[in-house]
Amino acid sequence: MFDLSKNHFELFGLPVDFIVDGEALAERYRELQRVVHPDRYANASNQEQRISLQQATRINEAFETLKNPVSRAQYLLSLHGIDMQAEKETTRDTAFLMEQLELREALEKARDADDPQAVLDELMDRISSMIRTQVAQMAIHFEDPSPTNLQAARESVRKMQFLNKLLAEAESLEAELEDML
Amino acid sequence: MALLQIAEPGQAAAPHEHRLAAGIDLGTTNSLVAAVRSGQAKTLPDAQGRHLLPSVVRYTQDGVIVGHEAREAAASDPLNTIASAKRLIGRPVSDIKSLGGSLPYEFVDQDSSVPRIRTVSGDVSPMEVSAEILRVLAHRAEETLGGELSGVVITVPAYFDDAQRQATKDAARLAGLNVFRLLNEPTAAAVAYGLDRGADGVHAIFDLGGGTFDISILRLNRGVFEVMSTGGDSALGGDDFDQAIAEWIMDQAGIADDADHKVLRQLMQDARRAKEVLSDAEVAELDIAIPGDGRWQGSIDRETFNRLADPLIRKTISACRRALRDADISADEVREVVMVGGSTRMPRVREKVGDFFGRAPLVDIDPDKVVALGAAIQADVLAGNKPDDEILLLDVTPLSLGLETMGGLVEKLIPRNTTIPVARAQEFTTFKDGQTAMAIHVLQGEREMVEHCRSLARFELRGIPPMVAGAARIRVTFRVDADGLLNVEAEELSQGVRAQVTVKPSYGLTDEEISGMLQASYEHAEQDMQERKLAEARVEGMRVVEALQAALASDGDRLLSNDERKPIETALEQLNQAIAGNDADAIEEQAKNVEKVCEFYVERRMNSGIQEAMAGHNINEFE
Repeated sequence: MFDLSKNHFELFGLPVDFIVDGEALAERYRELQRVVHPDRYANASNQEQRISLQQATRINEAFETLKNPVSRAQYLLSLHGIDMQAEKETTRDTAFLMEQLELREALEKARDADDPQAVLDELMDRISSMIRTQVAQMAIHFEDPSPTNLQAARESVRKMQFLNKLLAEAESLEAELEDML
Repeated sequence: MALLQIAEPGQAAAPHEHRLAAGIDLGTTNSLVAAVRSGQAKTLPDAQGRHLLPSVVRYTQDGVIVGHEAREAAASDPLNTIASAKRLIGRPVSDIKSLGGSLPYEFVDQDSSVPRIRTVSGDVSPMEVSAEILRVLAHRAEETLGGELSGVVITVPAYFDDAQRQATKDAARLAGLNVFRLLNEPTAAAVAYGLDRGADGVHAIFDLGGGTFDISILRLNRGVFEVMSTGGDSALGGDDFDQAIAEWIMDQAGIADDADHKVLRQLMQDARRAKEVLSDAEVAELDIAIPGDGRWQGSIDRETFNRLADPLIRKTISACRRALRDADISADEVREVVMVGGSTRMPRVREKVGDFFGRAPLVDIDPDKVVALGAAIQADVLAGNKPDDEILLLDVTPLSLGLETMGGLVEKLIPRNTTIPVARAQEFTTFKDGQTAMAIHVLQGEREMVEHCRSLARFELRGIPPMVAGAARIRVTFRVDADGLLNVEAEELSQGVRAQVTVKPSYGLTDEEISGMLQASYEHAEQDMQERKLAEARVEGMRVVEALQAALASDGDRLLSNDERKPIETALEQLNQAIAGNDADAIEEQAKNVEKVCEFYVERRMNSGIQEAMAGHNINEFE
């Protein structure tokens, strides 16, 4: 069994860093679940079943957090003592916000375009590439976690939240269009 | 010396005791039981050598008949012969009523949240009907295996919601069975198929049964079966194709909707036979009993059937598309598409699924048996018969789980396709000064508004110590266990007041609403946004109203003259009127107006507060 006081990275035996080896993470996740999963304790005592359930839950939570770059960045920030009010914080980067506004308008217009799918594809590619840029920048900020760089990472998280939300909206519009076919 | 002693005297390291366990596929149309014997999973036949048990229960004055014999009587004794109980289980009366027209049973009108059907041997619930089927299958397993079962694994559609899962587990308890685990049907199929073929990589399991449809995308990796996403429709299956044919025949033969139960039951069976014939032949001949002892002869060709089937198949393909998106993969990353469930025998279904995934689906496994076989393998593992076994199943929640927040909105705590077991907590606060209780309303579904989601439970956290609005910290924790069952707990953090509930079915939505929940969340995105905007505006407006009323009550008389108070009251009344209307913009405008009109009053209150505070200090600090 493992130590519950460990942080998520230590839990999976990974260095505390923004750059994560996805394959290694998934492999260790499966290894840990093989040990603690409730299916292993179907015949065990109630107490063991309870502990198994708690630990499997915790491992799922840790895996989920580290798998996704935004939650991983937020978690790393919290390890550095910065607890983001993620939902409530917003970026003040005017250029970025202007661009968001423009993207949002483009998304609204896509619905009525001659070829909405083509417009959506282009938009989604653009958003995805902006997300990749933010992820790359975050990796650089966390390389040297000085207070300035950590604040910069925090700003990146704020922006990524915008972008992810926009991407989700684009995806739901795409699903809607597909259903109308 | 002690190191060599591996067993205490009297506790000899005896060979592991083999525990008897079985897997049960409790289907809409047919059910099966399977067990692992000599290392091989096999379905168990009855004394006549029949593996499938029709999921039909007939209630007579002399007792209960389950299976083939009951099915034979369906047309002659429709009111006492219950088929497709799986379509009713775990659904509230309100849902059943919407299905009622197409169900040839007599429902008992009563206040209970569980629907009951009137039969000659008393009123029965769908749960009890399912329990009869489970009892017969468990008995068959015990006869064949020669001993008592230590436990069973029962399969459920992946897209079953919490109430349907809970009801299935309750049915098993009613039948006196120990349930090791509820297992999702496509996951069970993946286990049987994957172990048999030594499969690796991403697989799609397309499971179209008699009354339910699931699509699951799984990653198979050396004995680990990881569900990446799941989707479906818990009210779509072969029955609907039969219904479509039956309606076509009624139209052709001029049979009215209100024909008697026996004619309609017989018609459904004829429609099913025609569908089955069309799986191999181009044309199915029809010879139908019509009201008044007459007969109608005709035929239906495959092209006509395809036209009737396509709208239903289209729904399944939409669910496939969403499942791929949720799994974040494209169709060409799927290594194999495995067809499960009797309804995948329809050539049109195979064709359309093949078109969508860009590869011919695998149809060489027995689509009726594979789910039961997978359940048997998992039951054997859970019984502890394979301590070194490498199999591990990691499944997900099919639908998002959330809570009602102010304004009828749903706050999602656990999004769909989250790996279970999972626990998520969120803090909420009180809305009013001195509030001592908080209603917790638990919902399942993808839409933003409460009325569009399935209501799972309501409970109240009481005894919150009186505080000003927003000061209490109420933490609500959702836990979903390995069976996919939800448990909700609420706690006031400063005083540790607890309230806990294991979710039980409560009144919910109509059937169409549930089956269409996920789909609708996409279709009505815009409508949702508008409703959301209105709800948010109302919440904000109410907050302004309540804050102002509280302020006026506490010091309005002291700080305001009558002339000053009048415009404030007017603005407040206008805001109240706007809140009662349906225009979000009007509410926002009136709220802003109130703030403007009250600006001087707010300043005065603040000054008054500062003076009071200073007055308190002055005595001690400045003298």
